[in-house]
Amino acid sequence: MSGDHSTYAPRSGFTKWIDTRLPLPRLMHDSFVSYPVPRNLNYAYTFGGILSIMLGLQMLTGIVLAMHYVASTDQAFTSVEFIMRDVNYGWLLRYLHANGASFFFLAVYLHIARGLYYGSYKAPRELLWILGVVILFLMMGTAFMGYVLPWGQMSFWGATVITGFFSAFPAVGDWIQRLLIGGFAVGQPTLNRFYSLHYLLPFMIAGVVILHIWALHVTGQTNPTGVDIRKKTDTIPFTPYATIKDALGMSVFFLVFAYFVFYMPNYLGHADNYIEANSLKTPAEIVPEWYFLPFYAMLRAITFNLGPINSKLGGVLTMFASILVLFVVPWLDTSKVRSAVYRPVYKVCFWLFIVDCLLLGWCGSQPPQGAIVLTAQLGTLYYFGFFLIIMPLLGLVEKPRRLPNSITEAVLSRRQTSAGRPAGATAAPEDRG
Amino acid sequence: MSEHETTADSEHEPNRRDFLYLATGMAGVVGAASLAWPFIDQMRPDASTLAAASIEVDISSLEKGSTLQVKWRGKPVTIRNRTDKEVQEAKDVQLSDLKDPVARNANLDANADATDINRSAGKGKENWFVMIQVCTHLGCIPLGEQGEFGGWFCPCHGSVYDTAGRIRHGPAPYNMELPPFDLTPGKTVRIG
Ligand code: HEM
Ligand code: FES
Repeated sequence: MSGDHSTYAPRSGFTKWIDTRLPLPRLMHDSFVSYPVPRNLNYAYTFGGILSIMLGLQMLTGIVLAMHYVASTDQAFTSVEFIMRDVNYGWLLRYLHANGASFFFLAVYLHIARGLYYGSYKAPRELLWILGVVILFLMMGTAFMGYVLPWGQMSFWGATVITGFFSAFPAVGDWIQRLLIGGFAVGQPTLNRFYSLHYLLPFMIAGVVILHIWALHVTGQTNPTGVDIRKKTDTIPFTPYATIKDALGMSVFFLVFAYFVFYMPNYLGHADNYIEANSLKTPAEIVPEWYFLPFYAMLRAITFNLGPINSKLGGVLTMFASILVLFVVPWLDTSKVRSAVYRPVYKVCFWLFIVDCLLLGWCGSQPPQGAIVLTAQLGTLYYFGFFLIIMPLLGLVEKPRRLPNSITEAVLSRRQTSAGRPAGATAAPEDRG
Repeated sequence: MSEHETTADSEHEPNRRDFLYLATGMAGVVGAASLAWPFIDQMRPDASTLAAASIEVDISSLEKGSTLQVKWRGKPVTIRNRTDKEVQEAKDVQLSDLKDPVARNANLDANADATDINRSAGKGKENWFVMIQVCTHLGCIPLGEQGEFGGWFCPCHGSVYDTAGRIRHGPAPYNMELPPFDLTPGKTVRIG
């Protein structure tokens, strides 16, 4: 979309010199200035930009934390306390990093929900979507290993429980588990390698993000109507229109983030992680960070044996499947219509799915007893039912609403009801018509 | 393969270039695989972790009804001098009532029954009990002398074990494991 009709015109002799040798400024101009975006993008489309900033922020704060942190089982916990008390602004850097991880996940979940609502995964954006799921996987790995680093009770027991998943696999399970933790129990080798990988993975994420944006700029963005760009009036240039909208979205997002960092920095964490790891004492209850709770709930929902698969393996497989299923979403959804705006039934199922994820998250935070287990089981059923049954079948039976002929038509038909406003360049809100 | 094969495939005789192409490719694959192995193998437990695999514990002061906890391979091992009541209760359980009927005792056959004698230190030492105190569900440390059977109770997801460390209820699939050990009653036990 960007390369074919570049509008970049170097002005000075110096930029001309650069342009004939390494046309990086041209690439930047075509990707982030003249790049045409649909004129009707709404705020749900600002999370991509927010995510890029969050990744940068995590790397920045992480690299400076690494200058003070010591990855040794007898010093890790103290070194984090030392960062909090003695290092200049150490408290700020650590709180930014710890809460940054939470807000990173908040943004990624909203970003994914946007994709599910507007059908962003449908042809021709399958690879774009898959790259996104790869990023999600890497983020989860990074956050899990990062959480082990402060070497508190939750760090240690979280690592024990999560690596314990692998022991569920028959025959090779124990071997894999020992390979992961480098011993018979979580200990020094585990901490060391997690630190190494925690440093590495964000850079791998950055690499995949570049591919993700490349793929995006080949296919172009979707938009709330889901109809393709057909004419020139359907688009506006990225700068200043999308840039300023993204900037406003980011400002609001970062205000909320700052509120957490400065006023409730430990709200999202677990108090037990301020107790140093003790390999002989398990905390009363092990709960992961909030962003893993829905998956944790699904893990624990499998309390029964399924034929040859015992409950432990079943839980682990269910949990992995809950993320892997995202990879095949482009082929599960059979509907020709992209956006949920024109799919009355899918829209309801989508919002039920969001409620279901929140409900699962709540189940994951509760001790698994009685009604909680049953709720989590029903929640898991709907989670998979949404992808594996509703998506394929609904596309065949649902009667979608009439689609507008173009983005411009959708935007202008809305305008008629609110006459007087200039039908100018401002990006119009989503067409709910 | 080589460029002329795409144009005149089945026609041409394999020549020296094809041979070199295949041979180099094979050598490359084998080379890459054997180079990859050290990178994977370095992650496994190192020599010092494996060397710390055996410990000797003095159990002369361990009265009936008391427990000693030691650390072996980074995991807690429980050494208990069980009361007669505990032994009797464990003996009275039918194998058919057990969720996992296998002894999981490193000193016995892999498929030995989970009878109480097979779970204890052996004939004449039934009261002596040595077990890796790690829940077979996801690896938490169960609490001793608790739960429905007065054995162990895992606070993480509620697995209940009896006085012989056998799983009775809850999500854990297996009985807790017994390490390889050599016990002289009232004197010492060597674990590992
Ligand atoms: C994808 C981006 C990243 C995510 C999601 C992430 C996540 C986390 C999390 C959840 C923690 C535990 C925070 C706590 O409770 O204390 C942590 C700790 C840590 N991270 Fe990261 N991290 C990221 C990138 C990085 C990078 C690039 C570095 C550079 C070396 C880094 C270095 C550290 C260090 C040294 C700690 C231990 C200090 C501490 O616990 O505050 N992180 N990370
Ligand atoms: S780890 Fe013991 S019940 Fe889950």
